[in-house]
Amino acid sequence: MNPTLAGFLQALALVAALALSHRPLGDYLAHTLTSAKHLRVERGVYRLIGVNGDSEQTWSSYLRSVLAFSAVSVLFLYAFLRLQNHLWLSLGFPAVKPATAWNTAASFVTNTNWQSYSGESAMGHLVQMAGLAVQNFLSAAVGIAVLAALIRGFRRNLTDRVGNFWVDLVRVTWRVLLPASVVLAIVFVAAGMVENLHAAAQVTTLSGGGQSIPGGPVASQEVIKELGTNGGGFYNANSAHPFENPNPLTNWLEVYLLLVISFSLPRTFGTMVGDHRQGYAIVAVMALFWVASAALLTYFEWQHSGTALQAAGAATEGKEVRFGIAGSALFASSTTLTSTGAVNAAHDSLTPLGGGVAVFDMMLGEIAPGGTGSGLYGMLVLAVVAVFVAGLMVGRTPEYLGKKLGGREIKFASLYILTTPAVVLIGTGVAMTFRSERAAILNSGPHGFSEVLYAFTSCANNNGSAFAGLTVTSTWWNTALGLVMLFGRLLPMVFVLALAGSLAQQHPVPVTAGTLPTHRPLFVGMLSGVVLIVVGLTYFPALALGPLAEGLH
Amino acid sequence: MANPLPVLVRLHLTGLRVLLVFTVVCGLAYPLLITGIAQLAFSHQANGSQLKQGGRVVGSDLLGQSFDLPKKNPADPNEQAQPDPRWFQPRPSAAGAGYDPTASGASNLGPNSADLLKAVQARRAAVAAFDGVAPGRVPPDALTASGSGLDRDISPAYAEEQVDRVAKARGLDPDRVRQLVADHRTGRTLGFLGDPRVDVLALNLALARQG
Repeated sequence: MNPTLAGFLQALALVAALALSHRPLGDYLAHTLTSAKHLRVERGVYRLIGVNGDSEQTWSSYLRSVLAFSAVSVLFLYAFLRLQNHLWLSLGFPAVKPATAWNTAASFVTNTNWQSYSGESAMGHLVQMAGLAVQNFLSAAVGIAVLAALIRGFRRNLTDRVGNFWVDLVRVTWRVLLPASVVLAIVFVAAGMVENLHAAAQVTTLSGGGQSIPGGPVASQEVIKELGTNGGGFYNANSAHPFENPNPLTNWLEVYLLLVISFSLPRTFGTMVGDHRQGYAIVAVMALFWVASAALLTYFEWQHSGTALQAAGAATEGKEVRFGIAGSALFASSTTLTSTGAVNAAHDSLTPLGGGVAVFDMMLGEIAPGGTGSGLYGMLVLAVVAVFVAGLMVGRTPEYLGKKLGGREIKFASLYILTTPAVVLIGTGVAMTFRSERAAILNSGPHGFSEVLYAFTSCANNNGSAFAGLTVTSTWWNTALGLVMLFGRLLPMVFVLALAGSLAQQHPVPVTAGTLPTHRPLFVGMLSGVVLIVVGLTYFPALALGPLAEGLH
Repeated sequence: MANPLPVLVRLHLTGLRVLLVFTVVCGLAYPLLITGIAQLAFSHQANGSQLKQGGRVVGSDLLGQSFDLPKKNPADPNEQAQPDPRWFQPRPSAAGAGYDPTASGASNLGPNSADLLKAVQARRAAVAAFDGVAPGRVPPDALTASGSGLDRDISPAYAEEQVDRVAKARGLDPDRVRQLVADHRTGRTLGFLGDPRVDVLALNLALARQG
């Protein structure tokens, strides 16, 4: 079979699998978020944490819970990392340094999983599984919880209640993420991933050299790393490492897992607002960007432009033979569009325009399909903007799903879409002004600028992948990027929850002949245009200095 | 009775309690359960797919290895390792000094990097001379480092390109070595996933059995 056809079939199989899971998983998530019944275990947990599972919160109380939980999580994880040398299974590694611990704590709590450390030479097994991987579950659940509050805002009328954060958090973790992880982790072990608590074993190789075979509870962490769109690798090489991704089938499965929740949530949305067509319109926009990105990135990698890659004859630098160009490009595109940030190839060595697609994917704001929960709430905010833009064109007060979009709603939506670009561009600008911080760059010329732009884009959008040539282990980079991750995660959540509260309080407006239908192809086109123009083009000057300058050279 | 703690403090304590509950459930119970099941049902994979030769563990089935000649002076860190002509050679590796799982990773050199260009040109010349083939015959995977630095696979083209050199160094019939390469060729999974490849480690192990 020729490589083009094989690459196409690989993507087609993925589309088919995602389409098959869209309805059942989406509906199950909707049921999880709306069911009036608590499981017995959940009632036990509510008693343990002192929460009334039947009470609901206002948007501001919901937000305070999110913020308090995030603060506690950052502090707890920071302490855990700082004290790892005193705990079990530390493998003899010292305490993680303060700046790295801060960066890592911020990173895992915000679902970013940016890593300024190298797993196999810094983290003991206990801190990996009971510190880092716990946030893989919880940060994913927090994203879905905030999304649930926004959907309730659209669904409900004349109320100041948007749900209970603690209930949403517990249910998503217990009913969705944990059971799925148990089953899939066993599949992953069967496929070859390691799962043990051993230290590395020293062996003498076939030719008489020495090698150390690492251990660790890898499979259990690997599942939730993809499923929760986290992306933090157990080992430095992340999903390129044979123990994290042993063969082409696990590679395909990992891509499926990192996409599946985010591509199913539009169904959850459609079910919860009582109109499935609304969900289909949203998922169509997401799919459009994903297909375009995957096709372009694969094409650019096959073209292997760049002097060094031309000399080699293919874009194989930083890629594994077992996945091939197509398997690496599909992964790169999916991981940067979902805020996962796991990598099965070195993004720094992607072709200039292939790397440009990866960074542009993140710049879209991680919405196609984006991170668990955060992808859809980002897309819904853009849908609000699209409806508003359409309203301006015909001179009507815009309305979406029976809710008027007045000044207050548009302010929150605008603040949402301005926050991340501001954090990215200001951060990149500041970093580039310091000669001492520029020393962290590995590659020269426009590619060096791309490394910095990629780092801030990845952190502010909570992706976590990197042009890893950039050395980010200094106190300055660790501190700055830690702050960027927290701003990029929490500020948008403030605006989303404020929007949810504002929508929930409204009277419903009846659908009239003048209402813009938001389930038709016309709206799919409008929303895609808004995503591309309002969000994508914000970054155009920065892209021109980096990937475009290098690619069009 | 009114709760004496301020609301904000209570909220953080609730957060801490949730975190502790899930640290126990997702951070301890879950990985230990999986580890238990894995050790019982899939102990080979769960412990790193250890590869044995004559009762001795010689590595992991999944991790690539270097096949270099012993260093002339093992204490000298600057001495460059030389490839051993009796073995099929894997790809260049950026993991530590080569295929070091304590430092997995890529070169991270960009597509236009002058350093990468120099490395590619030097490798092309070195591999061509080592294998006794025209420089144009050296395939891309022989010239570039993988993402993990632990890639055990090479392209079928690179394996075939090494046959004559290996056969000569071992005093074997080239056709027999060529057959061995063909036996170790893996196609795409299900016909469309991944790339065709040859597992260097398994191939070399089979070669060692040939004597």
